[in-house]
Amino acid sequence: MPQMNMVQALNDALRVEMRRNRDVVVLGEDVGKLGGVFRVTQGLQDEFGESRCFDTPLAEGGILGVAIGMALYGLRPVPEIQFSDFIFPAYDQIVSELAKYRYRSGGEYTCPLVVRTPVGGGIRGGHYHSQSPESQFIHVAGLKVVCPSNPYDAKGLLLSSIRDDDPVLFFEPKRVYRAARADVPEGDYTIPLGEAKVVREGQHVTVVAWGAMLYEALAAAEQAATQGIECDVIDLRTLWPLDIDCIVASVERTGRIVVVHEAPKSCGFGSEIVALVNEKAFLHLEAPPVRVTGWDTPFPYTLENEYLPLAHRILPALVETARY
Amino acid sequence: MDFQTPETTLANVPTVLRADGSADPATDPGLDAQLLRELMRAMVRTRIVDERLVLLQRQGRIGFHIGSLGEEATILGSIAALRPQDWIFPCYREFSALLWRGLPLGTYLDNMFGNEDDPVRGRQMPDHWTARALRIGSVSSPIGTQITQAVGFAMAARHKAEDVVTMAFFGDGATSSNDFHTGLNFAGVYRAPTVFLCRNNGWAISVPTAKQTASTSFADKGVAYGVRGVQCDGNDVLAVWRTVRDAVSRAAAGEGPQLVECITYRLSGHSTSDDPKVYRADDEVTAWRRADPIARLRRHLELKGLWTEDEEKAWAASCEAELKAAIEGAEKKAPPALSSMFDDVFAERPWHLEEQCAALLAGPRAPRGH
Ligand SMILES: Cc1ncc(C[n+]2csc(CCOP(=O)(O)OP(=O)(O)O)c2C)c(N)n1
Ligand SMILES: [Mg+2]
Repeated sequence: MPQMNMVQALNDALRVEMRRNRDVVVLGEDVGKLGGVFRVTQGLQDEFGESRCFDTPLAEGGILGVAIGMALYGLRPVPEIQFSDFIFPAYDQIVSELAKYRYRSGGEYTCPLVVRTPVGGGIRGGHYHSQSPESQFIHVAGLKVVCPSNPYDAKGLLLSSIRDDDPVLFFEPKRVYRAARADVPEGDYTIPLGEAKVVREGQHVTVVAWGAMLYEALAAAEQAATQGIECDVIDLRTLWPLDIDCIVASVERTGRIVVVHEAPKSCGFGSEIVALVNEKAFLHLEAPPVRVTGWDTPFPYTLENEYLPLAHRILPALVETARY
Repeated sequence: MDFQTPETTLANVPTVLRADGSADPATDPGLDAQLLRELMRAMVRTRIVDERLVLLQRQGRIGFHIGSLGEEATILGSIAALRPQDWIFPCYREFSALLWRGLPLGTYLDNMFGNEDDPVRGRQMPDHWTARALRIGSVSSPIGTQITQAVGFAMAARHKAEDVVTMAFFGDGATSSNDFHTGLNFAGVYRAPTVFLCRNNGWAISVPTAKQTASTSFADKGVAYGVRGVQCDGNDVLAVWRTVRDAVSRAAAGEGPQLVECITYRLSGHSTSDDPKVYRADDEVTAWRRADPIARLRRHLELKGLWTEDEEKAWAASCEAELKAAIEGAEKKAPPALSSMFDDVFAERPWHLEEQCAALLAGPRAPRGH
């Protein structure tokens, strides 16, 4: 089986779907000849031509508005936003239009498109090349939100996302893009949206993470194990709709939960997960749910490793929660 | 718009400096010898700094640089043509503006290293500086956002009956942003004293200007908004100075906003993160080296007897020495204090930031600090 990093796996997914379905088109800044600043769309213009993989003017609102129009006509556009930090000029199209088309037209119109965008810190990108805005999209009714942690999932989830009949925000953790290679099957396979995965089993603490922070959660869980604390580590994969059953089933066994994310703490997705656990598993809880997150500040440059919820900050939370 | 060679691209664009180094007497702005030499020195210094910063990034000593190689005349000619009371709303390539207005080189280097003395306190990437005392705005990455702000700033100055012109710098790519169109529209409606300075360097990362717009020029875009638009040869510092000084005078005299398109060329990659060989023909770059703005001014000054090879060597050596000291100084400074991360979110820290700051300070340190 071929070994791929996440960039290659995503590229492969786009190729597979563009070969299968002529209605899939890729558009965005620098996606053509350059193949995207992270090279996820490399070679697509050569293989599929400029009409199916094209550079756009520098206007995210335009990219989304045009992609929505194409989706309304029946295409399956996969617009790229170069960094999720630059998605905000398109926020109006996403929030007011993309998310609401199906609902506001009584189901008459749908927008099956996937917005691909790199997310998160860890590449020394400072304020504007590091943010994690996922909760700002989850909070908007009508958008699915995905964030893979590894090459295999990335390909299978992207294929499912493109085939999904609802709009999907597909966040790609850029710290993981080239971090490691893994077995990725050739050709077509999918990973269903809405299914989390338990990637490490343990009976003492449930740890929920996604994207790049999954690896920090796993590293902390590894260290906790040396102190006799065994963690159930869940990789969400799809953030919304949330696989709440997977989380609740785990918390019913452990009685304890720690959620890890890069985004700031307040109103981050961790807040929603903790609230749901309180609603659905309150009587099983043995300790207060804990969030280990970025601070409530803009994302810093020099001090980024002190900002990110890396393993050194997750471990004490696991120990405290287990011993509560 | 085709950037294959400077000769074809600039064929119908107002120029002052001619191929032989002389200035067209009909358009020569007649700058005095001192200003001409200051411009030359600034351009040479800018290039030395740019080239060294790329090396520092390659050596892993700084994280990033986004430079102005080839665009020195556009940037410095514009800034030199502003009056001292005028404000600059920069893009990200205009570090030479900071230096022109007197920022110590060491302070710029502090920003490149994101250290404790960095004016932005290590919070933003390199080349994202701030210099209010020099009447220069704070750089942000999102493209175009400064354009509308420059308009509002100019409107506010007029509201206070103060004689201020604002200049917004932006690239050809930025002309596709919402803020470009909204900025021109608002400025047109309110007759704001703003100069919109488009550095048309041929490329927005890998996207050529021809794919950015179907207009024949960016200056044309002013027409739709009732904004006077003009082009000039952006590699000819005299043409830039003349065009911008005229625009500033008009804006200050109440003639309304001005759009100036300087046609120049990005000789380097987009930034140190970019590899332009993937999308750009070497021939094009080679051709544009013929129009190097520094070489063009050098020829002119030599012709006028205002500049010699020896003088340039001596000046370059002193720039190198200054730069070396500035780098060494900035590199050995400490990172910003941990607690500074929680400053400036608000004027005062609310309870939640006090709590988070205390938690950070009491907790373990990250293994891979800088
Ligand atoms: C809103 C937004 N979208 C995308 C980017 C990524 N980006 C950074 S610079 C750039 C190209 C800018 O080109 P141009 O305006 O011509 O300026 P130049 O870099 O050539 O000076 C892009 C797409 C960004 N910074 N902001
Ligand atoms: Mg440009």
